[in-house]
Amino acid sequence: MAQTQSGAAGMLSLPALLERNAAQFGDRQAYREKEFGIWQCWTWSEVKQEIDALALGLINLGVNEGDFIAIIGRNRPYLYWAMVAAQSVGAVPVPLYQDAVAEEMAYVLGHCGARFVIAGDQEQVDKVIEVQDQLSNLEQVIYLDPRGMRKYDHHTLHQYSHVQDQGRAARDEWTPDLEERKAKLTYDSTCVMLYTSGTTGKPKGVVLSNRNVIESARNSADFDNLTVGENILSYLPMAWVGDFIFSVGQAYWCGFCVNCPESADTMMTDLREIGPTYFFAPPRVFEGQLTSVMIRMEDAGALKRKMFHHFLEHAKKVGGKILDGKPVGMMDRLKYKLGDILVYGPLKDTLGYGRIRVGYTAGEAIGPEIFEFYRSLGINLKQLYGQTEATVFITVQPDGEVRADTVGVPAPGVEIKIDERREIHYRSPGTFVEYYNNPESTASTKDPEGWVATGDAGFFEEGSGHLRIIDRAKDVGQMADGAMFAPKYVENKLKFYPDILEAVLFGNGRDRCVAFINIDLTAVGNWAERNNIAYASYQELAGHPKVLQSIKEHVETVNASVAEDQMLSGCQVHRFVVLHKELDADDGEMTRTRKVRRVIVEDKYSDIINALYDGSSQISTRTEVTYEDGRKGSISATLDIIDAKVVPVRPQSVAAE
Amino acid sequence: MKDMEEGYITEDGRTIGGVVMEMKNITLRFGGVVAIKDISFDIREGEIRAIIGPNGAGKSSMLNVISGFYVPQEGEVWFRGAKRPPMRPYEVARQGIARTFQNIALFDGMSVLDNVMTGRLNYMKTNLMQQALWRGKAEAEETENREVVERIIDFLEIQAIRKTPVARLPYGLKKRVELARALAAEPKLLLLDEPMAGMNVEEKEDMSRFILDVNDEFGTTIALIEHDMGVVMDLSDRVVVMDYGKKIGDGTPDEVRNNQDVIDAYLGVSHD
Repeated sequence: MAQTQSGAAGMLSLPALLERNAAQFGDRQAYREKEFGIWQCWTWSEVKQEIDALALGLINLGVNEGDFIAIIGRNRPYLYWAMVAAQSVGAVPVPLYQDAVAEEMAYVLGHCGARFVIAGDQEQVDKVIEVQDQLSNLEQVIYLDPRGMRKYDHHTLHQYSHVQDQGRAARDEWTPDLEERKAKLTYDSTCVMLYTSGTTGKPKGVVLSNRNVIESARNSADFDNLTVGENILSYLPMAWVGDFIFSVGQAYWCGFCVNCPESADTMMTDLREIGPTYFFAPPRVFEGQLTSVMIRMEDAGALKRKMFHHFLEHAKKVGGKILDGKPVGMMDRLKYKLGDILVYGPLKDTLGYGRIRVGYTAGEAIGPEIFEFYRSLGINLKQLYGQTEATVFITVQPDGEVRADTVGVPAPGVEIKIDERREIHYRSPGTFVEYYNNPESTASTKDPEGWVATGDAGFFEEGSGHLRIIDRAKDVGQMADGAMFAPKYVENKLKFYPDILEAVLFGNGRDRCVAFINIDLTAVGNWAERNNIAYASYQELAGHPKVLQSIKEHVETVNASVAEDQMLSGCQVHRFVVLHKELDADDGEMTRTRKVRRVIVEDKYSDIINALYDGSSQISTRTEVTYEDGRKGSISATLDIIDAKVVPVRPQSVAAE
Repeated sequence: MKDMEEGYITEDGRTIGGVVMEMKNITLRFGGVVAIKDISFDIREGEIRAIIGPNGAGKSSMLNVISGFYVPQEGEVWFRGAKRPPMRPYEVARQGIARTFQNIALFDGMSVLDNVMTGRLNYMKTNLMQQALWRGKAEAEETENREVVERIIDFLEIQAIRKTPVARLPYGLKKRVELARALAAEPKLLLLDEPMAGMNVEEKEDMSRFILDVNDEFGTTIALIEHDMGVVMDLSDRVVVMDYGKKIGDGTPDEVRNNQDVIDAYLGVSHD
């Protein structure tokens, strides 16, 4: 019975915060998970008991201080507890992407030398077993869901609840050890290690200390006035730094409630049932929802449809201004109120955004129209810019200063400077400790004074002081004539069309730009259905002449808008091709966070790129694909290459300045 | 062929118990057509037993005899140590036998949840009046049964379609819902009539996984009919092969695979 009631000054680790929460918010709900059709709930004091039991069980299994414990699975309270239990016993939790294929997993497990793995279910255990031979350090695997696991050899395999039971049984033996280990944790002990998704090369293990996590959580929670009363839905990969900060860092700092969906497929229903007050999603979630709303409205009755569009038009006009607290006329306000009762309110309810106080989107640029749509409904959606090495926050948008084309002002405690190559550097309490076992990379990213190079190019806007991102610094190049080449800028413009899922622009060092396009199967499939266009496969739909025609129109519109930008007018798309398959993380073409790996794509599809430049009108190609279970196959296709109209620009000598 | 009275242990370490159901010299006729001719075999506790054969071999008829839907003209059906008198299907259901159908037989307008709940019929004791008022006993009973159903929904991973009307579901999912309903009855013996017919490879793999998991997790004895030979050989512990209403093979998948009569029936040899 250790009575270590720590004061505010003593909260130097997550286990210490847990202690405080159990004492201060003991009866408040800390976690909910929908299982068996019901939201199962745990209060902070129950959570503390669960975590302590697991921690004792881990000591009992032989976990030493400094060990790495990999955690793989979908968002479940038990796995979040596992992270804090690992910290409690002085080990380092390493969450992994659950959709990673076995070899990717092998690399990370091997790199950190994990002795223990805590896996969500049979699928994850199977992947670990598959690569076990390559992992000399791996000793024990703990699994959560016992389904299908009965026949496995249990010599080094343990069920989560049994580990907890053993921990409870060994309470007398190990409690002093546990308390001792907890007491040793300092502000500078490692809190978590997160692997970067790795747009280039192998993933790197980013070591974050308690200081990084707790300071970032505190600063950001203060910034948005987050309280103990918030509810969040945790559905983004646990291996991603954002989820760690929202679902663990901020949740522990504020003591708010973390809700886990029943399964990945039920996320939208669960979102609606929970109605989070604080919400985080990458742009594609917002895009997907908007697309589905628009599709469903097409099926609604004429009156409803008319009302919907009428009030949406009004919201577009004044909604954003009302949210920003800018002056709006009396009549317009009244009409907006009416719209709120008739349209916006019910719509937000359906989407699960009825109670949102603060919403964030990050990871990729969001289309201005999508962004404005949500804001006009009165949803306080904002953008932030960050990365794993910064423990998320670099810049954020303060309430009332939200715009689609900037990423806001430096987050509290963050200093930013921009070097002569326009690369953004920052220094903050969240700045990571090091890349694990990789001093060279650490040294090349973080200088001795603590400044970290982001690898992104950007500039501060005159007047507002908001940061604008141009592109990844290493992706920004020069065209043959010396004009600036910034692929992301054009790609984002293309991706803002609902029927374009992904675009990749090429042109560095060349005389003109060409592009790959991926269609969005949901949007284009729905359009095909409406227009009675039959198709048997993704490939066939992607090659349909009418689809190509409409993509061509989009490309030409984008060209016209790119031409208006003096600096980037050289990046217009001269020719493009609609790819026969979606770029996929399983094929290594994208990261697990869905960022395109440019070099790999360029290399893999070099034949298509050549065809785009040599003027041929068609290209036959064969592409290797990896199935979800790791098997490989290939698809072949003949793709049409389309010429797009470009707006002539006056040849520029060198880019401005 | 394994004749041990006490059962046997499979290659993957499962213990198969004694005989639960025994068919003794079954003959089934429809007028002048002999659908099943003098067939005997048994099903043991905890095993996955397949009945295979070419089209028109009498497999579905056999399954209907087991489920009590057809009463054979000759022969006896023994279930759990007792000879079974002719029964109505609901009486068979009460004995602990549940089935799925070749042509999905779900209530189209009802949600997945409601469909699966109907599988709990035999566990509901309150009457119509009580249920309509939904007070006291009826409410407690529904909660109790709903819990069982929710566990099955979780087990078969159909949470996302819990409230979806069955008519809106694709074929593969409907099959899974049917399995869920059969499982809701907590059967001692589960009969599956072509559980994988019309499915693509991925759906077949999923379904195979679920069948194995059901067997493993609940210890349910399963008898299934299936066309896909690969699936049958991978799934089942023992296989009965039928052709033109006669039994031409019975044994482990390996034994059956090497049986000349079976090879002939599948590869086609003129019947004279």
